Order: sequence, then C-alpha cells, then structure tokens
Amino acid sequence: MANRWINRLTDRDVTDEAQYFNRRQIMGGAMAGLGLASLGQGAMAQEELTPNDYEDITQYNNYYEFGTGKGDPAKYAGSLTTKPWTVAIEGMVDKPGDYAFENIMKAMTVEERIYRLRCVEAWSMVVPWNGFELADLLNMAGVQSGAKYVAFETAYRPEEMPGVRFPVLDWPYVEGLRLDEAMHPLTIMATGIYGKDIPNQNGAPLRLVVPWKYGYKSIKSVVRITLTDKQPPTSWNKAAPREYGFYSNVNPEVSHPRWSQADERPIGGGLFARRQPTLMFNGYEEEVAGLYEGMDLTANF
Amino acid sequence: MAGAIDTLNSLARRVPIWSVYLLLALPIPWFFYQGLNGGLSRDPVKGLEHLYGLWALRLLIAGLIVTPLRRTVGLNLLRFRRAIGVMTFVYALAHLTVWAVLDVQTLSRVWTDILKRPYITIGMAGFLCLIPLAATSNSWSLRKLGARWRKLHRLTYVAALLAALHFLWLAKGLQLEPLIYAGVILALLIYRLPFKRIRQRLSQGGVNRIRS
Repeated sequence: MANRWINRLTDRDVTDEAQYFNRRQIMGGAMAGLGLASLGQGAMAQEELTPNDYEDITQYNNYYEFGTGKGDPAKYAGSLTTKPWTVAIEGMVDKPGDYAFENIMKAMTVEERIYRLRCVEAWSMVVPWNGFELADLLNMAGVQSGAKYVAFETAYRPEEMPGVRFPVLDWPYVEGLRLDEAMHPLTIMATGIYGKDIPNQNGAPLRLVVPWKYGYKSIKSVVRITLTDKQPPTSWNKAAPREYGFYSNVNPEVSHPRWSQADERPIGGGLFARRQPTLMFNGYEEEVAGLYEGMDLTANF
Repeated sequence: MAGAIDTLNSLARRVPIWSVYLLLALPIPWFFYQGLNGGLSRDPVKGLEHLYGLWALRLLIAGLIVTPLRRTVGLNLLRFRRAIGVMTFVYALAHLTVWAVLDVQTLSRVWTDILKRPYITIGMAGFLCLIPLAATSNSWSLRKLGARWRKLHRLTYVAALLAALHFLWLAKGLQLEPLIYAGVILALLIYRLPFKRIRQRLSQGGVNRIRS
C-alpha cells in the first residue's frame, strides 16, 4: 500500500538540507538573470514548493500543550518523553491493543512526502516529511466493516506540558477524520522531517499529516487511534464551532469568521514577503476533490 | 515608603521630557531592525505587528495608571503623561501600518477587513479615538479647549476598552495574556467610574483636589 502517491511537484529524493539551499540559490540566481516574466508557470510552481528550511519548520510551531507562542513549543517541548511510546489502536478493529512505536516502525514503509502546510491562521510552509501512510497502520490493526470515522488523541502529560495548566482548549487534544479521508494515499503519519527524527515540537514521535486540511487537523504526538461509526469530537470545533468545522478543508472561498482565507503569508520570506493566493484543498484538489463530491463545502467547512 | 516616594518624585522632576520621548521611541526602529534580521521569530511580519500593538496597549495602561499612582501612593508622574499618550498613538500607528502594508498588503482588502472583521473594526475604532487625542496633545489645544479638553481626553477610556477587546478577540482559544491585559484595563477603568462619587462623598468638606 505504500508509495501510492508520488510527488509530481518537486524532487522527491531530497534528504539533505544543504541541497535545498543550493537549489534555492541557483533558482534565485536564474530568476534574477532571466527576469521573472520569462519563466514559465511550471518553474514558478516548483519555486513555490521549495521546502522551508529546518529552522522555519522547527522554530515556528503551534503546539498549545507547550504554550501559545510560536516559539514556545521549541522552547519547552524538550521535556516530552517520547521513549517508550505506544499507540493504542481501539474501537472497531480486528486487533485492538497497545502498539509499541518501534514495532509500528518495523512494519511500516517510510517515504518522503513534500507537502504544503496551510495553517488556519493564514500562513503557510512547505515541509519535507518522512512518514508512512495511515492506511497501512489502520490495515495492520484491521478496520472492521462498520467503521466510518477515525478518532485521534494527543498525549496529555501535565507534568511535561506547561501549556495544559491553562484551559486554552479542552485537553487532551482530539481530532478526527472520515474513514475515506484517513485511508487516502495523501494521509500520512509523519515520523521525520528532512530525514531526521521528527522533533518534539513538531509532534514526536509520530503525528498525523493531512495536507489538504488546515494544520490543526494534523494532530501531534498521537497516543490513541479509535475506529468508530460516529463522527468524533474535535478540539477546535468544541472550542469554537462557528469558526472550526469537522472537515476544515483548506478553502480560499470560505472565510474564517474573523479573517479571510483567500491568501496566505509564506513563512521564511522575511519582512517584505508577498502574500500568495491560497489554493483549493491546499493544491491537492485533483487528488481529494472526489471525496467531497456533492457536498456543500460552505456548510461543511 | 514616603521617603522613597519623595526621592522618586524629586528624581522625576529632574528627568527631561525629551528623554522620555526618546526612550519610548527607541524600540520602534529597534523592533523593525530585528524584524529585518530574523530576530522576531520565523514570521517577522506577525512578530512586528504584535510587538507594536502590544506596546501601544502597554502605553495605554501606563497613561491610565498615572492618576491612580498619584492618588494612592503619591507618586507624581503627571508631567510624563503627554509623552506617554503621544507615544501610544505612534505605536498604534506603527501597528496599523505594519498590518496594512506588510501583512494585508492590498488596500481593498484592508478596507474589507475593517468593515467585515469585528475585531479589526474594533481595533480601528480604538485607533480613531486616539487621533483627536494626539492632535490635541499640545499646550495650545489645552488652553484653547479648557474644560472641554478634559472631557475630550476621556476618549482614552474608550480607546483602552476597545484595545483590550481587540486583543481578546483576535486570540485563538482562551489565552492568558490578553485576559491579563483586559483585566488590568478593566481595573483601571473601574477605579475611575463607580467609586468616584463615593470617594468624593467620603472626602466631603476636605480640600477639593484637582482632578485629572
């Protein structure tokens, strides 16, 4: 089941950060030499998908269990114990139980996926994840025929997580997907970034990545996965149902009640970075639009 | 305690006003420089926007705390209040400028956001309150307007309330920092409003102090 999706937008064999920088510089030089106008759309798209550098990805995070500041997770997440780690896979599965992280990794095929990440706060990054398809993990546990949804839960460790002392959200953090979304080839459990183990602030040791949905759907440091036939509650929806729906698909046409989602600020461009238009389903329309055929995306935001 | 306050008061009398302006103005270019050089997180636009806004809020509080400090502990910082007020406006203007020019970037979008997004509408209303205050922050206006000047400058209370609400409203989830700022501002406003008459009644017959 692995390798069901091949990145057609960028080099997929990049593991060394230095290579990205070189490429970025070369392209920057080429752009300067040729002038922007003479470059085709393809080259532009590729330039847009140059991954952010390691510092952008690991120093600018939303992981409220460690504080609401963007730098808080990098500062405080070091205290999170990620070894040993088990994921409880429960509910409508043939083989429920506690799965040790090492055993999961032995059974899974880790690949690199370079994905856009679009935060609901209207900023974006491009992240070179390493991970495995969630479908493979779910199949390992054996999904029963009645299951319709997958619920996820983040670790809740007050002694290791300074941010949970204050009820910013109803802890522990929970998320959910429809089963077909969870089984989609784009949906992965990430265990690394730039070929290194995923840092704690990014959701170590394993976190969900659903690239066509706003970032908060991609729940971090997962300890529990439950297959169910009912739509599971999700943290941000519980906190503000008017602002955050269950689906949370990236959609430039449906505004957040407090801000527009039509465009986004790419992180890493400095003080004078131009905003760029947000793409439907975050640029994965071709792959995922079929999941929502006939659905009113304004009502099911 | 009284000795310490006296020392502080005599010290305050000797501090030249221009140095207060300078001190309060310095962070503006300093934050901008940091934003240019990667010192304000990985998203310097948000970082700069937030810092200027936060400083505007802090200076609003500083301006509001002058009177209670004088009345409760006798610390007199009244001669710095104009500088604090003017710099509040400057920070709010910097905050607004960074938001419009570096963050939103499109004039039509700036306008739509002001009209459509309540927390931005509120922030903008707060800024509008500060304009007449800044414009009349000179001795000529003070003389010219007389008693009306004092009345006009009660707009500070409205601006502070709107600023607190703006900060609360833009946060995602229930966050501690905007709650603390809102609490402080609310306390400073409550100090002025409902107990005023009670205080006056208590000090009946006493020397009527100059209110400010």
